[in-house]
Amino acid sequence: MTENTTGGDVRLTGISKTYGSFTAVHPLDLTVPQGSFFALLGASGCGKTTTLRMIAGLEDPSTGTIFLGDRDVTDLPPYKRPVNTVFQSYALFPHMDISENIAFGLRRRGIKSVKKQVDDMLELVQLGDKARHKPHQLSGGQQQRVAVARALINHPQVLLLDEPLGALDLKLRRQMQLELKRIQTEVGITFVHVTHDQEEAMTMADQVAVMNGGRVEQLGAPADLYENPRTTFVANFLGTSNLIEAEVVETGSGSADVVVTAGGGKLRLPGDRCTDAVRQGGKLLVGVRPEKISLAHADDAGSIADGRNRVTGRIVDSSFIGVSTQYVVNSPAGAELQVYEQNVERDARLRPGAEVVLHWNPAHTFGLDAAQDIDAGVETVEDAA
Amino acid sequence: MTWLRKNVVVIAGLLTLAYMILPNIVVMVFSFNKPNGRFNYSWQQFSLDAWKDPCGVADMCESLTLSLQLAAWATVGAVVLGTMIAFALVRYRFRARGAINSLIFLPMAMPEVVMAASLLTLFLNMGIELGFWTVLIAHIMFCLSFVVTAVKARVMSMDPRLEEAARDLYAGPAQTFLRVTLPIAAPGIAAGALLAFALSFDDFIITNFNAGSTVTFPMFVWGSAQRGTPVQINVIGTAMFVLAVLIVVAGQIITNRRKKTATA
Amino acid sequence: MSTTLTKEAPGPVEEPILRKPPTRKRLVPYWLLLPGILWLLVFFALPLVYQASTSVQTGSLEEGFQVTWHFQTYVDAFTEYWPQLLRSLLYAGTATLLCLLLGYPLAYLIAFKAGRWRNLLLVLVIAPFFTSFLIRTLAWKTILADDSLVVDVLNALHLLDVTSWLGWTEGERVLATPMAVVCGLTYNFLPFMILPLYTSLERIDGRLHEAAQDLYASPATTFRKVTFPLSMPGVVSGTLLTFIPASGDYVNAELLGSTDTKMIGNVIQSQFLRVLDYPTAAALSFILMAIVLLMVTVYIRKAGTEDLV
Repeated sequence: MTENTTGGDVRLTGISKTYGSFTAVHPLDLTVPQGSFFALLGASGCGKTTTLRMIAGLEDPSTGTIFLGDRDVTDLPPYKRPVNTVFQSYALFPHMDISENIAFGLRRRGIKSVKKQVDDMLELVQLGDKARHKPHQLSGGQQQRVAVARALINHPQVLLLDEPLGALDLKLRRQMQLELKRIQTEVGITFVHVTHDQEEAMTMADQVAVMNGGRVEQLGAPADLYENPRTTFVANFLGTSNLIEAEVVETGSGSADVVVTAGGGKLRLPGDRCTDAVRQGGKLLVGVRPEKISLAHADDAGSIADGRNRVTGRIVDSSFIGVSTQYVVNSPAGAELQVYEQNVERDARLRPGAEVVLHWNPAHTFGLDAAQDIDAGVETVEDAA
Repeated sequence: MTWLRKNVVVIAGLLTLAYMILPNIVVMVFSFNKPNGRFNYSWQQFSLDAWKDPCGVADMCESLTLSLQLAAWATVGAVVLGTMIAFALVRYRFRARGAINSLIFLPMAMPEVVMAASLLTLFLNMGIELGFWTVLIAHIMFCLSFVVTAVKARVMSMDPRLEEAARDLYAGPAQTFLRVTLPIAAPGIAAGALLAFALSFDDFIITNFNAGSTVTFPMFVWGSAQRGTPVQINVIGTAMFVLAVLIVVAGQIITNRRKKTATA
Repeated sequence: MSTTLTKEAPGPVEEPILRKPPTRKRLVPYWLLLPGILWLLVFFALPLVYQASTSVQTGSLEEGFQVTWHFQTYVDAFTEYWPQLLRSLLYAGTATLLCLLLGYPLAYLIAFKAGRWRNLLLVLVIAPFFTSFLIRTLAWKTILADDSLVVDVLNALHLLDVTSWLGWTEGERVLATPMAVVCGLTYNFLPFMILPLYTSLERIDGRLHEAAQDLYASPATTFRKVTFPLSMPGVVSGTLLTFIPASGDYVNAELLGSTDTKMIGNVIQSQFLRVLDYPTAAALSFILMAIVLLMVTVYIRKAGTEDLV
């Protein structure tokens, strides 16, 4: 299979979906580049699946236009779109065996000799010996691969995946992530992948669009989203962030540092890592990822290099994870700050109750607009299930 | 005593089952009777006469054929109309859903004799001649609700994503219906059809009101209860019972085989 | 790779054009409903209207009937036939209760205790259907005949003395008594009770029983607090499927009863088909319909919404 066979980008312009008075998707513009692995990431009900279904043609958009390359497909029914879907929980036809399931799309388009293609596809997903089995006789992971094969055999311009790994257990999910990535590289088709699992999105996708409340919060490469979140939702939803409310005392121009005060101490951060030009005296949320922070016992505070941001506090909890130890620290700057320390040389004094200094490179600090919910996107107990 | 207490449900259940089966056993046994006089209610002596000549009674086999034909057509009619309604109810939103639901529920919540009498009033007022067609109309009417209920249950439990998957895989509306929807809804439709056939074949009250001079098998039995019951009635009853059990058992064996070969 | 994004489409000045599904698509459900609903309207609802009109007509078969709004027919019919009406409700109610008492253990047995015998037992419950119910009802004439084994045993145990005293049977006879009719009704509608009961029992997760017993419930308490409440949908539909047809039935009363056990169905049938007094027959069927619908509504309200949820 060759790369870039036909087509072009998927372009959504002004696409929205309303059900009565409820707006599932606010008007959005989005371009998915050809051949990319694109993820729509968000919690349930954020509009990601609705967006996907509009691309598939299973949902009629309330406004807007969908282009595949230069072709307007907005009014095409799903069976006339060169787009295929891997459904959540797979939707394999229970009354057909595996090879009939895979051949379904080809046969509907009037292709007579499908055997060779079906065999090739079974080979690709490593299920050659299961051709005559019924879907219910297969394990979850195998069913998932059949669903992928059934869609891919049609050589769609775009493959849509709706939470394709949601029903699998953790270990199998990791394995299938790599498998899907391998298949995508092999066939070179555009993949649009809907998921609520931020790790999954970051592992697999070239581009991630983080959705929240029917809107796209931020779009970019996984590393860029992680390092430079522009909203508290993205900062909290992708990994964990320590967000500290701070007061600006000195603005920087360009890449010069901004100086802020938080809990009585001064912190510095690069001016170009703040979302808006910060005014003198304005408020700001200062963010830093837990793994960027180092922990030193208060007695060793003198040995910390100059120029690093410092926050003093007291350990309230620590849990040993294996590769790292996670500490929770209360400080005047903020309660329950998270710190992840690599277990290289463990300091026996770092126990709950110990006075400590948190310090990190100012370059690893980012600034967010303070007029946002500081807890947006934090996983609650229900969401984690 | 503890054994009795532990198995009280089993014993009670089996007693009920005996109560339900007893008349069938009596029917079977009395199909080999050689009664004195016109009625076959008390045992006289063993005989195979009735089995050797099942159609030996005037008009009985004609009425049986008529009942089978009626049941077949009523099933076809009720299944087609009922399946359409069931799909509309499950798959679409429309106005007057509540009214339509009541219209489907009411025939099931109505004593048969009321429907029978009112339908007869209609036919008399319209001056329609009673016979095969009026009975067929009545049978389709009362079977319809039961078919709707059976099919609806199945369609409701069907994953709508299966149809979406079919549409996504280049099947147009007709193809989607034929290749995916219908095969998956088939067990519900089959259950509805079976129910319709049984209800129509065995119906007496509505038929009795609206048949005019046409005689179905239940009407023949009813008449014979007044005039004298030929042993052949028991032969037919027994034969249908045995045939039905055999079909069910055969079906069970076939599905078991298929399951085995599929897993092998 | 070019990636563009704006959170909102550049604000359109005019209202965005809302797409509506084409009219053809919106009409699909109506086309699907049309034939079947029309059938029910013409052959179920319309006849009721005709019957309503018939019930307030006067006249004779020779001269024809005219609508004269003669509501007196209802009063007359009720005054004359209230014993049969009451008897119908009583017989049907008793039969329904008996069906529940007899049917529940069997449904429970099939759902939870039958194991690999489950399918066989289900077949045995359904199989009698395939012999015409009239033939099976006639078999009860043999079973309950005066010199039959069943009646002899009941006599030997002096049980018939008790039932005679209660007015259910007469002397040493069972046939042609209320007990024979109720017995026939119970027998005829048992499958209609057992199948819905089985369906709702079978859906109950067996682990609920284990959980209840783990939480200190005895088997009896488990049944009372867990199994029975969860089987309520089956109890409701089973009792309805038994009571409604039983209340209008006239076959059992005709074949197994006597002139003293006539039910309202017998009256309607003979008024309609033999006496040809259409207004009285129509009025009686309306009275029956009204009573049954009223009872069913009250029952569903009570069992369906308050006690079930």
